[in-house]
Amino acid sequence: MKLLMKGNEAIAEAALRAGCECFFGYPITPQTELLQYMAKKLLKSGGVFIQAESEVGAINMAYGASSCGKRVMTSSSGPGISLKQEGISYLAGAELPCVIVNIMRGGPGLGNINAAQSDYLQATKGGGHGDYKVIVLAPSSVQEAVELTMKAFELADKYRNPVMILGDGMLGQMMEVVEFDDNYQPQKVEKPWAVTGDRNREKRVTNSLYIVPEELEKHNFKLREKYKKIKENEVMVEEYLADDARVIFVSFGMCARIVKSAVNRLRQAGEKVGLVRPITLWPFPENELKRYASKEEVEFFIDIEMNLGQMLEDVKLSVEGKKTVHFYGRTGGMVPTIQEIMDFYYSLKK
Amino acid sequence: MGFKRPECLTKESMHYCPGCGHGIIHRLIAEVIDEDYKESKIIGVAPVGCAVFIYDYFNFDFVAAAHGRATAAATGVKRSIPDALVFSYQGDGDIAAIGTSEVIHAATRGENFTAIFVNNGVYAMTGGQMAPTTIPGQVTVSSPYGRDPKVQGYHIKLCEMLVPLDGVAFVARTSIHNLKNIEFTKKAIKRAFEVQMNNEGFSIIEVLSNCPTNWGLSPSESMKRIENEVLKYYSLGIFKDKGRGI
Repeated sequence: MKLLMKGNEAIAEAALRAGCECFFGYPITPQTELLQYMAKKLLKSGGVFIQAESEVGAINMAYGASSCGKRVMTSSSGPGISLKQEGISYLAGAELPCVIVNIMRGGPGLGNINAAQSDYLQATKGGGHGDYKVIVLAPSSVQEAVELTMKAFELADKYRNPVMILGDGMLGQMMEVVEFDDNYQPQKVEKPWAVTGDRNREKRVTNSLYIVPEELEKHNFKLREKYKKIKENEVMVEEYLADDARVIFVSFGMCARIVKSAVNRLRQAGEKVGLVRPITLWPFPENELKRYASKEEVEFFIDIEMNLGQMLEDVKLSVEGKKTVHFYGRTGGMVPTIQEIMDFYYSLKK
Repeated sequence: MGFKRPECLTKESMHYCPGCGHGIIHRLIAEVIDEDYKESKIIGVAPVGCAVFIYDYFNFDFVAAAHGRATAAATGVKRSIPDALVFSYQGDGDIAAIGTSEVIHAATRGENFTAIFVNNGVYAMTGGQMAPTTIPGQVTVSSPYGRDPKVQGYHIKLCEMLVPLDGVAFVARTSIHNLKNIEFTKKAIKRAFEVQMNNEGFSIIEVLSNCPTNWGLSPSESMKRIENEVLKYYSLGIFKDKGRGI
């Protein structure tokens, strides 16, 4: 079915089609339509919807419901995600699946409500306390947001791990035509760990406390093995006109879409440029970037972001010093234009 | 029941300090479950604090929540499995300081679970610091000159705060300092669970308990302190029982 939908609403609809049974949220611009859509749809279909008293309340309700084996979602924007980090660390520690949507706005602090990519580091480097990782998916269109939301529920269950959809205010607020697969059936996943209250079996406990240091270290090593498996199996990346490119742009999310237009224009002008767009921000497509860095014809990289270079470290680590990585970014809710990106490219080519 | 170990308690020895009230309160919960909910689905929500290992002592499912968030986690649990008997077990630092927001809003929403709130007036696990429930004049390691309401403010009376809320169905404050009050505590737990299973709304029992270790008293002296000092600030009784018109 084809529909014209706002990004936030499309993500909500995708979640419902993916079998989301419980949603716990708190209003914050620019993600609030997601919560509103859930309020309208989830209660009617017999699911659980609670507008919590705070983001802290919401994520901990999600923790409780996920413990019971439900498919659970919560959503917010930067300042709210900061509050949710406590709960995200507990979800990761207790190995509970949960889909968390972050429709980013400008920061730090209250920042503003414009589109930004200000939470890359928070999303990919932990955010909360402890040695843990969250799978982070970064869509660059409303259609892709739909597909990645459905995928997020599968990944969360598969790895018993929180999965974050990292979009920005532009993605949340813009309307695009989206297509849903009406035949999609969410996977039924056995959850032999879920707390159900059943008394006719061994008791089950969802917990992240390992008071004995040896046991906590063992748990953290076990989590590391899981993260290794995720890194091996779940990297997603789009490589656009990059095969014969001499300059590789790296960009993610909606920003990458603008870069793609710049790449098209530069190609028309005879410049051999391409784009590598990480779709999974964690696990980061390091091998793919490394491959381009090792190519003789590649002269340098340009990282474009709507922040002051939060992904830049990951790009540089992947490139391993084999090539120079230049950076151009706008921040504070400012969006780079195609012309700006082209001008920056030409300034480097001089 | 006699002196048999309740069936829903495991054989694990408890880690609590000698003379601590948690053991008594655990047993009362276990007795009520054995008597009235033998076949029922049960899910406990564990706190952060002294009772953090409560899941080791009962042989039914538990969800271990973050500090103060037990009533939020219990909300998610009960909404997911509405036919289960769900209770959170929380100390005063957990429910009345960092978790104030969560408990007030779970109560306001009329969430159908029971909070068992153990009030011993200190943060016990972290070494006896002042809690929101510490009474005026009480010396703790973080109120070394005694709690002065002019400096540290007053003690919080959570039960009295919750009574006016429409979502709240049952509120009681009990104590375990003598047999009569232990019996009363059990009755209150029984009634709170009944109210929950009748889907009447939020229920909470505040149990005045002791902390011999951090109060620097012997177990028997600590029980006397509840009687002689704590009760001056916290009155006992059933403050609200919607179903019975109280």
